[in-house]
Amino acid sequence: MLRTFKADLHVHTCLSPCGELSMSPHNIILRAVEEKIDILGICDHNTAENVPALLAIAQTYPVTIFPGIEITSQEEIHILGLFDNLEAVLQLQEEVYAHLPGENDEDAFGLQVVVNAQGEVLRFNPRLLIGACTLSLNEIVDLIHSFAGLAIASHIDRESFSLISQLGFIPSDIILDALEISPAITYHQALNRFAPHLPLVSFSDAHRPEEIGQSFTKFLLKEASLAELRLAFQHQQGRRIIH
Amino acid sequence: MTLKEIASHLNLEIITGGDHLSLEVKDGYTSDLLSDVIAHAPPACLWITLQIHVNIVAVAKLKDLAGIVIVNGRQPDEETKQKAREERIPLLLTKETAFRISGRLYQLLAKGR
Repeated sequence: MLRTFKADLHVHTCLSPCGELSMSPHNIILRAVEEKIDILGICDHNTAENVPALLAIAQTYPVTIFPGIEITSQEEIHILGLFDNLEAVLQLQEEVYAHLPGENDEDAFGLQVVVNAQGEVLRFNPRLLIGACTLSLNEIVDLIHSFAGLAIASHIDRESFSLISQLGFIPSDIILDALEISPAITYHQALNRFAPHLPLVSFSDAHRPEEIGQSFTKFLLKEASLAELRLAFQHQQGRRIIH
Repeated sequence: MTLKEIASHLNLEIITGGDHLSLEVKDGYTSDLLSDVIAHAPPACLWITLQIHVNIVAVAKLKDLAGIVIVNGRQPDEETKQKAREERIPLLLTKETAFRISGRLYQLLAKGR
C-alpha cells in the first residue's frame, strides 16, 4: 500500500556554523512532529557528526531520519547527499574531511557543536566546515553514488552556492538524482525558469527550528526508506513526487 | 589588440583555440560566477576566472567571448579541453592570480587605446 509521506530532507543542526545553537536534536524532532513531517534529512555543511544523535532521539518519535550531508564543491556549489545508513555517510564524511582545508574561526563563522541525543555538548568540530572542499561537482556526485546515496543540488534558485549561480546552467551530462528549490520559489515558477530534466523537490534548508517544514515535498511511497525515495525520483512502480 | 598579442605580452599558455587568436580584444571581465558572466560580460571580451568546469566553454560560446584565461595555475580536465577544441574557444593558462592578471590586461588594453 502506497501512502503520502511529508519530507523535509534538508535540515541543519547546531553543528553547522551558521545553524542556530537551538538546533538541538530535541528541538529539531519536536518541531518536525509539530509540522507532521514523516521524514527528516539531516544535512550539515561538510559533516555528519550530529546524525547519530538525531537517529537516537528519533527512535521514540514518529519521524524517520535520513543520514545526510551538504557538501561544498570546489566550484562552491552545495550538494546534498542522502543515505540509508549511518555508516555510509560517516565513510563519505572521511573523504570530505580529507579534501577540506582550513580551521574554523568561531568568532567569524560560529560554533560547530557536536552533541548527543540529550543535547549535551560532546565536542566542538575544529574544521572549516563553512569552506569548500577541493573535490569537483562531478567527483562529489560520483562519491555520493559510490556510497549508494542520492545526490541533490541544493537551492538551485539561490544567487550563491547554487549549481546555477556558480555554473550558469544545469550541465547536460550531470547525473544528479534531483534538484532542490528553496522556499523562495514555487514548483511552477521553477519549472518555467529552469525547464529541468531532473526531478524537482523543495525543502526548508532550516538553520533555525521555526524554519523546519517551512518548505517540504510530499512523496507517494510504501515506506520511509531511501530505496523508496529513489523509486519516487525515477517515477517507478507507482512511487512518485506529489506536486 | 589581438588575443595573440595579449597572450604573448602576458605570457599566457595557449592550450586550445591556438588558431583563433586573431580576434580583436577590447575589454576584459573577471568573475567566477558563471551566472554573472552570462548576465554582465561584454561581448568579445577576454574572461578571467578560476573556474575549470566544462560549463565555462558553453558560457564563452553563448556570450561570444574572445577566450578564457584560467588563473592560479589551475588545470582544466580533459572534458573541458575537448569541449573547448570542439567549440574553438581559446583556453589560456596563467600561474598569476586573477587580480594580477586582470591588472596587467587592463594596463595593456589601456595602452592600446
